[in-house]
Amino acid sequence: MAADQALRGLDNLELQPAAGAQDPGHFARKVWAVLWPKALAVVFILVVWEAVTLSGWKHLVLKGPGPVFSALWDEMLHGSPSLWGIIGVTLETAVAGYAAALVIGSVVGLLVARIPVLRAAVGSIITGLQTMPSIVWVPFGIILFGESESTILFVVILGAAPSIAAGLISGVDYTPPLLLRAGKTMGLHGFALYRYLVLPASLPAYVAGMKQGWAFAWRSLMAGEIVVQIVGQFSIGQSISVDQQNLDFAGASAMLIVILVIGLAVDTIFTKADTSLRRRRGLLETAT
Amino acid sequence: MSVSNQQVTPPVSSPGASALSGVGSAGPDRTAPAGAGEAVRLTEVSKAYRTGRTELLALDQVSFTVRDGEFVCIIGASGCGKSTLLNLIAGLDSPTSGQIDTGGRRVGLMFQEPALFPWLTAGRNVELALQARGVPRTARRAQVAELLETVRLGGFGDKRPHELSGGMRQRVAMARALAQNADVLLMDEPFGALDAMTRDLLHDELERICAERTLTVLFVTHNVREAARLGDRVIVLSSRPGRVIEEYALPRTGQRRIDSPEVSEVAARMTDRLRQEMGRHGS
Repeated sequence: MAADQALRGLDNLELQPAAGAQDPGHFARKVWAVLWPKALAVVFILVVWEAVTLSGWKHLVLKGPGPVFSALWDEMLHGSPSLWGIIGVTLETAVAGYAAALVIGSVVGLLVARIPVLRAAVGSIITGLQTMPSIVWVPFGIILFGESESTILFVVILGAAPSIAAGLISGVDYTPPLLLRAGKTMGLHGFALYRYLVLPASLPAYVAGMKQGWAFAWRSLMAGEIVVQIVGQFSIGQSISVDQQNLDFAGASAMLIVILVIGLAVDTIFTKADTSLRRRRGLLETAT
Repeated sequence: MSVSNQQVTPPVSSPGASALSGVGSAGPDRTAPAGAGEAVRLTEVSKAYRTGRTELLALDQVSFTVRDGEFVCIIGASGCGKSTLLNLIAGLDSPTSGQIDTGGRRVGLMFQEPALFPWLTAGRNVELALQARGVPRTARRAQVAELLETVRLGGFGDKRPHELSGGMRQRVAMARALAQNADVLLMDEPFGALDAMTRDLLHDELERICAERTLTVLFVTHNVREAARLGDRVIVLSSRPGRVIEEYALPRTGQRRIDSPEVSEVAARMTDRLRQEMGRHGS
């Protein structure tokens, strides 16, 4: 059993040492390390903004951070229609549009990745669609569906689906050939090969595509909402549009902050998903 | 350890040997039996690759047999088509001409890299091989535990590949190959990327596992000492194209060590033979 013991000893030596007792201040320090650069950046922006306002440039319309945040606060507490309702309308469209884009993008991506003829036919079109500015779809949407929610969904889907499809296609393409050989040797083929090997291997690229798809969806949604006026449905984009007509800088800026915060919040979710995926696969450097 | 070597003549094809040419599907799908006691029989197997207008002959009329339970090492310099040979026997590729017969035996393949699926734990990696073989879910857990124990990794089933050392990952890969219930294990330089100490220990482990399971092993390496340490027989391939140029029979007369004089002596002779072969390409 000498060899056995030597082997176990070697295993123990080669494995990472077990983590020691967690330092009680560890979490707080980690949060602080993440937060302070962001906080500093925000303070810097606010200072520059205030300085520009105080300089008197465009003094008739330009408002400083104070009035803008108080406008945002007012909207939150007693806006009419309420800010939460406005956000609700926009998020509902975002979720519906993104979900449809996810289904369409995934199905198209998988078919294009699997069927060579289809790839030859539409592979480059998908790349082309990704580079298309979403605003150009708005007139088409209005011609096809009129000024309705369908138009906005149409724009959101065309904005997001190509990125999702492209992510999945590149994931399938970059499945390591060695893993494919290993899978085939094990007897995986056809559907099982995709279910247990190709799709899990594609997941990081797919999630990256989903993340990019969300960014495009959000931009397309804002473009759609600003241009397409739906009676009785007051959305974020429509709200900015009204602020523009009223030359209400504070109100428009408050909405910009809302757009930024929602966009960042959802992006953070995708980043978290991506990070945890990479950590589980050992693709992340361990924290310093 | 007594050693005999001889120039090799191709064995005569047995009437039952099946032609594998044209079989495109992966996986060991063999019907006709090899000769009695023969696990693998290659008869004048050639493989050519076409790149543009030029045709590259990777393997030229390679013939040899591996008996049931035998441990055969294949050595050769770069470009001798060692990996191509294993791919052909594993059924991942088909020969341009010639016959490969494994008599319906299940063939498992191990690579230089562990090729574990990084999104699965060590245990799930092994389990997937059982699942692909159709082992029912209820029986799988016990078999995974037993296989991990076989490679001395009991208790590491929940670890992901990146949490294990190179040697441990390669042992998980071995457990996975064993999970395929292979009669013939094809190993493509499986310890090539490991340090000498780990490799030495894994030689002992491999020897033990082969004895416990009466496995037939075809082990490709470019390390002559490794070949002399492990093989019951060593087949030397020439380079570009790969042809069998020499065979060394190394009957087992007890425990061998990589640093024992007999192993060194045989290794030195193989090295000389390989140098001679490389010199042929230098002129």
